[in-house]
Amino acid sequence: MNFRELTNTEAMVEALKEEMTRDPSIFIIGEDLVAHGGIFGQFIGLPEAFPGRVIDTPISETCIVGAGLGAALTGMRPFVDLHFADFTTCAMDEIVNQVAKIRYMFGGQAKIPIVIWAPDGAGLSAAAHHSQSLEAWFIHTPGLKVVSPCFPYDVKGLIKTSIRSDDPIIFFMHKKIFSRKGPVPEEEYVIPLGKADIKHPGTDVTIITYSIMVLHALEVAKEMEKEGIRVEVLDLRTLWPMDWEKIAESVTKTHRVIIAHEACLTCGFGAEISARIQEELFDELDAPIFRVGAYRVPIPFSPPLERFVIPGKESLKKTLYNLFGKEIDSK
Amino acid sequence: MKGEGFMEEDTKTWLELYRLMVKIRRFETLTGELFASGKIPGFIHLSIGQEASSVGVCSVLRKDDYITTTHRGHGHVIAKGGDVKRMFAELMGRETGYCKGKGGSMHIADFSIGILGANGVVAGGFPIIVGAGLSIKLRGTDQVAVCFFGDGASNRGPFHEALNMASIWKLPIVFVCENNQFASTTSVHYSTSVKSIAIRGEAYGIPGRSVDGNNVLDVREAALEAVERARKGEGPTLLENRTYRLRGHFEGDPQRYRTKEEVEKFSEKDPIRQFQTFLKNQKILDEKIDQEIWNEIDQELQEAIRFAEESPFPQPQEALKDLYVEEGESLIERRLV
Repeated sequence: MNFRELTNTEAMVEALKEEMTRDPSIFIIGEDLVAHGGIFGQFIGLPEAFPGRVIDTPISETCIVGAGLGAALTGMRPFVDLHFADFTTCAMDEIVNQVAKIRYMFGGQAKIPIVIWAPDGAGLSAAAHHSQSLEAWFIHTPGLKVVSPCFPYDVKGLIKTSIRSDDPIIFFMHKKIFSRKGPVPEEEYVIPLGKADIKHPGTDVTIITYSIMVLHALEVAKEMEKEGIRVEVLDLRTLWPMDWEKIAESVTKTHRVIIAHEACLTCGFGAEISARIQEELFDELDAPIFRVGAYRVPIPFSPPLERFVIPGKESLKKTLYNLFGKEIDSK
Repeated sequence: MKGEGFMEEDTKTWLELYRLMVKIRRFETLTGELFASGKIPGFIHLSIGQEASSVGVCSVLRKDDYITTTHRGHGHVIAKGGDVKRMFAELMGRETGYCKGKGGSMHIADFSIGILGANGVVAGGFPIIVGAGLSIKLRGTDQVAVCFFGDGASNRGPFHEALNMASIWKLPIVFVCENNQFASTTSVHYSTSVKSIAIRGEAYGIPGRSVDGNNVLDVREAALEAVERARKGEGPTLLENRTYRLRGHFEGDPQRYRTKEEVEKFSEKDPIRQFQTFLKNQKILDEKIDQEIWNEIDQELQEAIRFAEESPFPQPQEALKDLYVEEGESLIERRLV
């Protein structure tokens, strides 16, 4: 394959362009799409390339998601932009009671090929209403599939698969990774849902993580090499369905586990993964399972406050030292 | 009762309207009895007294037109062409039901005839109908999408968001409010800021029209105008059918919020009785034909009930199916006990 460097945004635009060219039933709907190419410029070029298929809406999340749902039920494949993951709350009835349940409660009569794309995450001083990581809510909701990749290769492959899926997808992308570059093949490819990826192989401990925390975990993995600790970084990419096979394989190899996410620790996805590991792989563990996540407070505005609340490289490092029983090296 | 505007219309159509209203009435009366005898689990919301609205509106729709309906939706499903066998089976939780027993009374759908589902959430149909309307526009067909809702739903946000969106995009939608005077136990006079819900259309640039919802021909005429307007690409209409819910909010409702006298007063405006009198006056219906209609319908419904009662319950593990198109154990939560 021939690789070139693309940003996450470019990878997403390329995926949408390819899919919209292939299938005329795909359209994009949301606020501020046509004139602005999306609030983050994430759809740049698409309104011109597909006139009438990139649709601006009023500020009306209920009906944006609902319009996607109604269109999906009647033969279209909507790609819904929600601006910020925080605004899923304004469309919670549509996402949780309707999109997630309609196929099931109508006995499998309908298929709902919808992608709800929602930028999440903190670190931009965007404060409490524009910074949340809410994936656990949607993993907890039967009927949804949840995707949260970090690298352009994964973003492109998973956007394409999500669009082609006949099931509803909540697609999270961390706002801080939009302009991050990475290699993407020129040739067409897709990535199946529910497949994790080892981003850094190791034998001493597995960091199970996703989204922006993968980047922190990779930095830590490199630093730990110098100290003789070989860290395996497992990027889940898709959160539900969860790639249990890959998790089990890695835990069986390293016998030590840290689960890291930017969402707050309490009832975060790490709790579910941790519970399952201890239920099914208890004998494989050489140490307690550690979790890394945010404090259970709203995301504050001021940079030092925000930095304190959300986990990063340092929290991962401290957790690793705790796990291996080393003194915390503060300087 | 008026009928002048339709004098050229085949009287067969009128009889068909009447027959459908009777079918809904009998379906729901029998449903109430089955529920009382413990054969239907859960909750049942009957639309007895509101049949003219379901029938009048659906009589001007095509098979490929869409509707969304509500928790009080049996009438809409029957009027749109739903199969009473599969409906009774669903109400009784059987595997032959419309939703294989996963939905029940509040979640009946038949996508093959454009019924995008009853909805357990008040105002749940508005956003969906906007999507159906948008989809019609994007696909370039001449279908129409109808959203049935109650007076209570018109006080929720989705009503207002949907009317605005349907208006700016000129979507082929008819919003049909069945103002039955009560949101559960709360009177529309208390809960609603306007005397007529139809005038709320004006705020969104949508024509609103309020008609006697117990007069099937009035409803039909207003619906025809709205549906034609939508089909021609002239945009949405808000139609208010003023009616009255003769039964409780749910079966078993003690109805402390209204008097027996009030219900009796409105019983005199029973849409079926009114239309029956009209048809008899017009010499379209006589006692003999009328009896035949009621008997035929009862026979069909008794057969449907038998079908449902003889149908098996679903196997418990069927509860794990139909969640996703893609099947797979990894998608369903494990259970350890």
